[in-house]
Amino acid sequence: MDIPRNWRLRDQRYRLQGTRCASCGAHHFPPRPVCPRCRGRHVEPYRFTGRGRVYSYTVVYQAPEGFEQYVPYVVALVDLEEGVRVTAQLTDVDPEEVAIGMPVEMVLRKLGEEGERGLILYGYKFRPRIGDPKGEAESD
Amino acid sequence: MRDVAIVGIGQTPVREHWDRGLRDLAVEAVLAAMDDAHVRRADALYVGNMLSGTLSFQEHVGALIAEYAGLEGIEAVKVEAACGSAAAALRQAVLAVQSGQVEVAIAVGVEKLTELASKCTTNALAMAADADYEAVMGLSFVAINALLMRRYMYEYGVSKEDFAAFTVNAHANARHNPFAMFHTPVTREQYAAAKMIADPINLLDSSPVSDGAAAVVIVPAERAREFSDKPVRVAACEVGTDTVALDNRANPLWLKGVERSARRAYRRAGVEPQDIGVFEVHDAFSIMAALSLEASGLAEPGTAVRLANEGAITPTGQFPIATMGGLKGRGHPVGATGLYQVVECVLHLRDEVPDAVRVEGVQYAMAQNIGGSGATVITTLLERLIT
Ligand SMILES: [Zn+2]
Repeated sequence: MDIPRNWRLRDQRYRLQGTRCASCGAHHFPPRPVCPRCRGRHVEPYRFTGRGRVYSYTVVYQAPEGFEQYVPYVVALVDLEEGVRVTAQLTDVDPEEVAIGMPVEMVLRKLGEEGERGLILYGYKFRPRIGDPKGEAESD
Repeated sequence: MRDVAIVGIGQTPVREHWDRGLRDLAVEAVLAAMDDAHVRRADALYVGNMLSGTLSFQEHVGALIAEYAGLEGIEAVKVEAACGSAAAALRQAVLAVQSGQVEVAIAVGVEKLTELASKCTTNALAMAADADYEAVMGLSFVAINALLMRRYMYEYGVSKEDFAAFTVNAHANARHNPFAMFHTPVTREQYAAAKMIADPINLLDSSPVSDGAAAVVIVPAERAREFSDKPVRVAACEVGTDTVALDNRANPLWLKGVERSARRAYRRAGVEPQDIGVFEVHDAFSIMAALSLEASGLAEPGTAVRLANEGAITPTGQFPIATMGGLKGRGHPVGATGLYQVVECVLHLRDEVPDAVRVEGVQYAMAQNIGGSGATVITTLLERLIT
């Protein structure tokens, strides 16, 4: 994990910042120079609310290098309320309790670290929206 | 544009080849294909490979393999499209000969995955995904496929155990292929008890990490008989793409890259899905076999797993797949796989497969090679010329 790369991605990792198409209103994450819906090039930064629902998930038992100490952990596809899907770990939840459709919200957490003296990487994860009246109302 | 044909094939056994490096494997396959076509020279070499730089610390393998295969001086270049690299190289060879710029082209796919510790291989394979937005989340390539499989089970009401049909068929067929990695059958009970890697994908859903190389010789169809008594026509070799990251697809269960590539191939060859006698599918994971059958037009959405359980995918079924073991049973040396599939299709059309996996009356055989979770797809349709 190189430092310039992670510095460059700070708005995405820390703020869930993508783009919104000024022509057709479509939202994008990651940010894009060209709108995939209308091919327009007039896009502006957009910060997502971070609220969404689990579209699919997996519980990882054999992790890639650098993630071994976290197994078993949950990675999910999350449908954000703006109509965009993102890939992220779920946190603060027992893998047994995760379900498709579960309301979740973005939180900033440690994604990983490169050994004792290396970079510590932070970024978005999602946790259940517990006691969130809107979440419960939506989840019928 | 002129018609082209395959007049020579070569493959190494798929194994953990501790005693052999990337160049040895590639050269063995190239020389076998050249011997099969009775050629001593070629005009161009296209090398399909994904991870030579990462795992063997060797790039520039186009010129290297040409040199060691005794072809020093010819046009030679590497083509990379993750696990779709080999068929992407074939596409270049086909275009080169079709155009008239090249008379004899060789496409070889080669991969050496067992050079480093398995952790390194796992991380390297994840490079087929989006590094900034998928891999960084701790998502292995297996986990990406697990996301697909979980959603498929949810949407279509399919149980995990139902996917066993793909693994059972692949291993049953691989037994008869001397080049396959596995020669032991797998039962449904063994499948159900296999170790979980990324739930719901277990070890027996997954193709094995392995090494190997496969090659073909391509010439103009009108000259094919100079080289071979059993030439096979390349009726189509078409590429389609989709988003690299799975999350950027509106419906991840519909592989648009597969649909685009397969439709282009059917149109080019003038065939319908039901004309295909054998389908060498990209079953890197059992879920990919199901999704490929659906997006290729052989099964309606959500029905592939049921059809597999009814026997449709066996050599005597409605659409035989993985007849020589597929990626699951033959093995999946990623950047070589697409040409193993093509070599196996050629064997069918030459009537050179073992009786146990022979399919009656095959006029067209289809090989479909997929890069990543469906971002690059190459569908090759091969047609019987001999009768
Ligand atoms: Zn737009």
